[in-house]
Amino acid sequence: MTQTRSPEARSAETRSVVIERDMPHPPEKVWRALTTQPLIEDWLMANDFAPKVGHRFRLSTTPVGGWNGIIDCQVLAVEPPERLSYTWASMGLESVVTFTVTPTAAGARLRMEQSGFPADATQNLRGAEYGWNNFLGRLEQVVERA
Amino acid sequence: MTQADSLFRALGDPTRRALYERLARGGEHTVHALTDGAGVSQPAVSKHLAVLKAAGLVRDRREGRETHYSAEPKALAPLADWMTLYGAFWEGRLDRMEDLLRRMDQ
Repeated sequence: MTQTRSPEARSAETRSVVIERDMPHPPEKVWRALTTQPLIEDWLMANDFAPKVGHRFRLSTTPVGGWNGIIDCQVLAVEPPERLSYTWASMGLESVVTFTVTPTAAGARLRMEQSGFPADATQNLRGAEYGWNNFLGRLEQVVERA
Repeated sequence: MTQADSLFRALGDPTRRALYERLARGGEHTVHALTDGAGVSQPAVSKHLAVLKAAGLVRDRREGRETHYSAEPKALAPLADWMTLYGAFWEGRLDRMEDLLRRMDQ
Protein backbone atom coordinates (compact mmCIF):
# COMPACT_ATOMS: atom_id res chain seq x y z
CA MET A 1 0.00 0.00 0.00
CA THR A 2 1.52 3.30 -1.07
CA GLN A 3 -1.10 5.52 0.49
CA THR A 4 -0.01 7.28 3.66
CA ARG A 5 -2.43 7.01 6.51
CA SER A 6 -2.44 8.54 9.91
CA PRO A 7 -2.84 6.12 12.85
CA GLU A 8 -6.33 7.57 13.38
CA ALA A 9 -7.31 6.74 9.81
CA ARG A 10 -5.95 3.26 10.19
CA SER A 11 -7.88 2.61 13.38
CA ALA A 12 -11.04 3.84 11.67
CA GLU A 13 -10.57 1.44 8.76
CA THR A 14 -13.55 -0.81 8.21
CA ARG A 15 -14.40 -3.94 6.31
CA SER A 16 -17.64 -5.44 5.08
CA VAL A 17 -19.42 -8.72 4.49
CA VAL A 18 -21.16 -9.06 1.11
CA ILE A 19 -23.46 -11.90 0.10
CA GLU A 20 -25.30 -12.15 -3.22
CA ARG A 21 -28.06 -14.60 -4.04
CA ASP A 22 -30.04 -15.15 -7.22
CA MET A 23 -33.60 -15.98 -6.33
CA PRO A 24 -36.32 -17.34 -8.62
CA HIS A 25 -38.83 -14.83 -7.26
CA PRO A 26 -39.93 -11.38 -8.44
CA PRO A 27 -38.23 -8.38 -6.78
CA GLU A 28 -41.53 -7.25 -5.20
CA LYS A 29 -41.85 -10.57 -3.38
CA VAL A 30 -38.28 -10.41 -2.08
CA TRP A 31 -39.03 -6.84 -0.99
CA ARG A 32 -42.04 -8.05 1.02
CA ALA A 33 -39.85 -10.58 2.81
CA LEU A 34 -37.36 -7.83 3.61
CA THR A 35 -39.82 -5.23 4.86
CA THR A 36 -42.89 -6.94 6.35
CA GLN A 37 -42.65 -7.38 10.13
CA PRO A 38 -44.06 -10.95 10.46
CA LEU A 39 -42.07 -12.09 7.42
CA ILE A 40 -38.84 -10.61 8.83
CA GLU A 41 -39.56 -12.56 12.01
CA ASP A 42 -39.87 -15.74 9.94
CA TRP A 43 -36.43 -15.55 8.36
CA LEU A 44 -34.40 -13.14 10.49
CA MET A 45 -35.55 -12.40 14.04
CA ALA A 46 -38.42 -11.11 16.16
CA ASN A 47 -38.69 -7.39 15.46
CA ASP A 48 -40.73 -4.19 15.50
CA PHE A 49 -39.63 -3.04 12.07
CA ALA A 50 -41.54 -0.46 10.06
CA PRO A 51 -40.50 0.66 6.56
CA LYS A 52 -40.03 4.33 7.51
CA VAL A 53 -36.77 6.24 7.33
CA GLY A 54 -35.70 7.18 10.85
CA HIS A 55 -37.75 4.42 12.52
CA ARG A 56 -35.87 2.80 15.40
CA PHE A 57 -36.46 -0.90 15.89
CA ARG A 58 -35.02 -3.87 17.66
CA LEU A 59 -34.20 -7.36 16.46
CA SER A 60 -34.15 -9.93 19.23
CA THR A 61 -33.33 -13.58 19.61
CA THR A 62 -32.59 -16.00 22.45
CA PRO A 63 -29.68 -14.73 24.59
CA VAL A 64 -26.59 -16.92 24.40
CA GLY A 65 -23.48 -16.87 26.51
CA GLY A 66 -22.58 -13.28 27.31
CA TRP A 67 -24.71 -11.85 24.51
CA ASN A 68 -28.17 -10.47 25.33
CA GLY A 69 -29.50 -11.40 21.86
CA ILE A 70 -30.54 -7.83 21.06
CA ILE A 71 -29.67 -5.74 18.02
CA ASP A 72 -30.66 -2.07 17.94
CA CYS A 73 -31.41 -0.69 14.50
CA GLN A 74 -32.54 2.47 12.77
CA VAL A 75 -33.90 2.65 9.23
CA LEU A 76 -31.65 4.67 6.92
CA ALA A 77 -33.21 4.10 3.48
CA VAL A 78 -36.42 2.57 2.08
CA GLU A 79 -36.60 2.60 -1.72
CA PRO A 80 -39.12 -0.04 -2.83
CA PRO A 81 -38.47 -2.50 -4.28
CA GLU A 82 -34.75 -1.85 -4.65
CA ARG A 83 -32.93 -0.75 -1.57
CA LEU A 84 -33.33 -1.09 2.19
CA SER A 85 -30.70 0.02 4.66
CA TYR A 86 -30.54 0.12 8.46
CA THR A 87 -28.00 0.49 11.22
CA TRP A 88 -27.12 -2.58 13.25
CA ALA A 89 -25.67 -2.20 16.74
CA SER A 90 -24.94 -5.19 18.93
CA MET A 91 -22.20 -6.39 21.26
CA GLY A 92 -20.36 -3.09 20.86
CA LEU A 93 -20.32 -3.53 17.10
CA GLU A 94 -21.74 -0.68 15.04
CA SER A 95 -22.46 -1.51 11.43
CA VAL A 96 -24.84 -0.79 8.56
CA VAL A 97 -26.83 -3.46 6.72
CA THR A 98 -27.94 -2.68 3.16
CA PHE A 99 -30.10 -4.91 0.98
CA THR A 100 -30.23 -4.27 -2.75
CA VAL A 101 -32.75 -6.05 -4.99
CA THR A 102 -32.27 -6.02 -8.76
CA PRO A 103 -34.48 -7.72 -11.35
CA THR A 104 -32.98 -10.62 -13.32
CA ALA A 105 -34.34 -12.80 -16.14
CA ALA A 106 -35.10 -15.54 -13.62
CA GLY A 107 -36.36 -13.35 -10.79
CA ALA A 108 -34.23 -11.19 -8.54
CA ARG A 109 -30.71 -10.84 -7.26
CA LEU A 110 -30.46 -10.00 -3.58
CA ARG A 111 -27.28 -8.40 -2.35
CA MET A 112 -26.66 -8.01 1.37
CA GLU A 113 -23.82 -5.84 2.54
CA GLN A 114 -22.95 -5.37 6.18
CA SER A 115 -20.28 -2.74 6.49
CA GLY A 116 -18.47 -0.98 9.26
CA PHE A 117 -16.58 -3.85 10.84
CA PRO A 118 -13.48 -2.36 12.42
CA ALA A 119 -10.35 -3.90 10.94
CA ASP A 120 -9.14 -4.80 14.44
CA ALA A 121 -12.41 -6.41 15.52
CA THR A 122 -10.73 -9.76 15.96
CA GLN A 123 -8.99 -8.38 19.00
CA ASN A 124 -12.26 -7.16 20.46
CA LEU A 125 -13.74 -10.59 20.08
CA ARG A 126 -10.77 -12.23 21.73
CA GLY A 127 -10.91 -9.77 24.59
CA ALA A 128 -11.78 -10.73 28.12
CA GLU A 129 -15.41 -9.77 27.66
CA TYR A 130 -16.09 -12.64 25.27
CA GLY A 131 -14.48 -15.76 26.60
CA TRP A 132 -14.31 -19.20 25.18
CA ASN A 133 -17.76 -20.25 26.39
CA ASN A 134 -19.46 -17.19 24.98
CA PHE A 135 -17.74 -17.71 21.70
CA LEU A 136 -18.89 -21.30 21.45
CA GLY A 137 -22.39 -20.25 22.47
CA ARG A 138 -22.54 -17.68 19.72
CA LEU A 139 -21.01 -20.09 17.26
CA GLU A 140 -23.72 -22.58 18.06
CA GLN A 141 -26.34 -19.99 17.28
CA VAL A 142 -24.70 -19.13 14.00
CA VAL A 143 -24.49 -22.73 12.89
CA GLU A 144 -27.90 -23.85 14.17
CA ARG A 145 -29.30 -23.55 10.66
CA ALA A 146 -26.12 -24.45 8.83
CA MET B 1 -14.41 -24.45 0.32
CA THR B 2 -12.58 -22.10 2.66
CA GLN B 3 -11.15 -23.20 5.96
CA ALA B 4 -13.97 -21.37 7.74
CA ASP B 5 -16.56 -23.22 5.61
CA SER B 6 -15.14 -26.59 6.56
CA LEU B 7 -15.11 -25.57 10.24
CA PHE B 8 -18.73 -24.46 10.07
CA ARG B 9 -19.70 -27.63 8.25
CA ALA B 10 -17.89 -29.74 10.82
CA LEU B 11 -19.49 -27.91 13.74
CA GLY B 12 -22.90 -27.54 12.09
CA ASP B 13 -23.86 -31.05 13.13
CA PRO B 14 -25.16 -31.18 16.73
CA THR B 15 -23.58 -34.58 17.50
CA ARG B 16 -20.18 -33.46 16.23
CA ARG B 17 -20.49 -30.19 18.09
CA ALA B 18 -21.25 -32.07 21.32
CA LEU B 19 -18.22 -34.31 20.74
CA TYR B 20 -16.04 -31.32 20.05
CA GLU B 21 -17.29 -29.40 23.08
CA ARG B 22 -16.54 -32.42 25.26
CA LEU B 23 -12.98 -32.59 23.91
CA ALA B 24 -12.60 -28.81 24.14
CA ARG B 25 -13.15 -29.01 27.89
CA GLY B 26 -9.76 -30.66 28.02
CA GLY B 27 -7.82 -33.89 28.13
CA GLU B 28 -7.62 -36.90 25.87
CA HIS B 29 -10.51 -39.26 25.36
CA THR B 30 -10.78 -42.62 23.65
CA VAL B 31 -13.51 -43.38 21.11
CA HIS B 32 -14.96 -45.71 23.75
CA ALA B 33 -15.21 -42.96 26.34
CA LEU B 34 -16.64 -40.55 23.80
CA THR B 35 -19.30 -43.05 22.70
CA ASP B 36 -20.66 -43.18 26.27
CA GLY B 37 -23.28 -40.47 26.39
CA ALA B 38 -22.97 -39.54 22.72
CA GLY B 39 -26.31 -41.18 21.93
CA VAL B 40 -24.96 -42.78 18.75
CA SER B 41 -23.03 -45.94 17.92
CA GLN B 42 -19.26 -46.24 18.13
CA PRO B 43 -18.82 -46.40 14.31
CA ALA B 44 -20.88 -43.21 14.07
CA VAL B 45 -18.69 -41.53 16.70
CA SER B 46 -15.57 -42.60 14.76
CA LYS B 47 -17.05 -41.13 11.58
CA HIS B 48 -17.82 -37.83 13.29
CA LEU B 49 -14.31 -37.72 14.77
CA ALA B 50 -12.85 -38.24 11.29
CA VAL B 51 -14.77 -35.18 10.04
CA LEU B 52 -13.56 -33.12 13.00
CA LYS B 53 -10.02 -34.29 12.33
CA ALA B 54 -10.25 -33.40 8.63
CA ALA B 55 -11.33 -29.90 9.64
CA GLY B 56 -8.28 -29.69 11.93
CA LEU B 57 -10.44 -29.43 15.04
CA VAL B 58 -9.13 -32.54 16.78
CA ARG B 59 -5.95 -34.57 16.72
CA ASP B 60 -5.54 -38.24 17.46
CA ARG B 61 -2.85 -40.35 19.02
CA ARG B 62 -2.69 -44.08 18.62
CA GLU B 63 -1.71 -46.10 21.69
CA GLY B 64 -1.95 -49.88 21.41
CA ARG B 65 -5.44 -50.73 20.23
CA GLU B 66 -6.96 -47.44 21.31
CA THR B 67 -6.99 -44.06 19.59
CA HIS B 68 -6.95 -41.05 21.88
CA TYR B 69 -8.54 -37.81 20.72
CA SER B 70 -7.97 -34.28 21.95
CA ALA B 71 -9.16 -30.83 20.85
CA GLU B 72 -7.10 -28.44 18.77
CA PRO B 73 -8.57 -25.10 19.92
CA LYS B 74 -6.23 -23.11 17.68
CA ALA B 75 -8.21 -24.43 14.70
CA LEU B 76 -11.05 -22.10 15.69
CA ALA B 77 -8.91 -19.00 15.08
CA PRO B 78 -10.36 -18.32 11.59
CA LEU B 79 -13.78 -18.11 13.20
CA ALA B 80 -12.71 -15.68 15.93
CA ASP B 81 -13.57 -12.82 13.67
CA TRP B 82 -16.73 -10.78 13.34
CA MET B 83 -16.71 -10.99 9.59
CA THR B 84 -16.57 -14.75 9.45
CA LEU B 85 -19.27 -15.07 12.10
CA TYR B 86 -21.56 -12.63 10.34
CA GLY B 87 -20.87 -14.17 6.93
CA ALA B 88 -22.08 -17.53 8.21
CA PHE B 89 -24.94 -15.86 10.06
CA TRP B 90 -26.28 -14.19 6.90
CA GLU B 91 -25.84 -17.31 4.76
CA GLY B 92 -28.06 -19.18 7.22
CA ARG B 93 -30.61 -16.37 7.43
CA LEU B 94 -30.82 -16.01 3.64
CA ASP B 95 -31.40 -19.77 3.38
CA ARG B 96 -34.36 -19.21 5.68
CA MET B 97 -35.56 -16.33 3.52
CA GLU B 98 -35.51 -18.59 0.46
CA ASP B 99 -37.55 -21.18 2.38
CA LEU B 100 -40.01 -18.43 3.24
CA LEU B 101 -40.21 -17.18 -0.37
CA ARG B 102 -41.05 -20.71 -1.52
CA ARG B 103 -43.91 -20.82 0.98
CA MET B 104 -45.27 -17.36 0.09
CA ASP B 105 -47.92 -16.61 -2.54
CA GLN B 106 -46.87 -14.42 -5.43
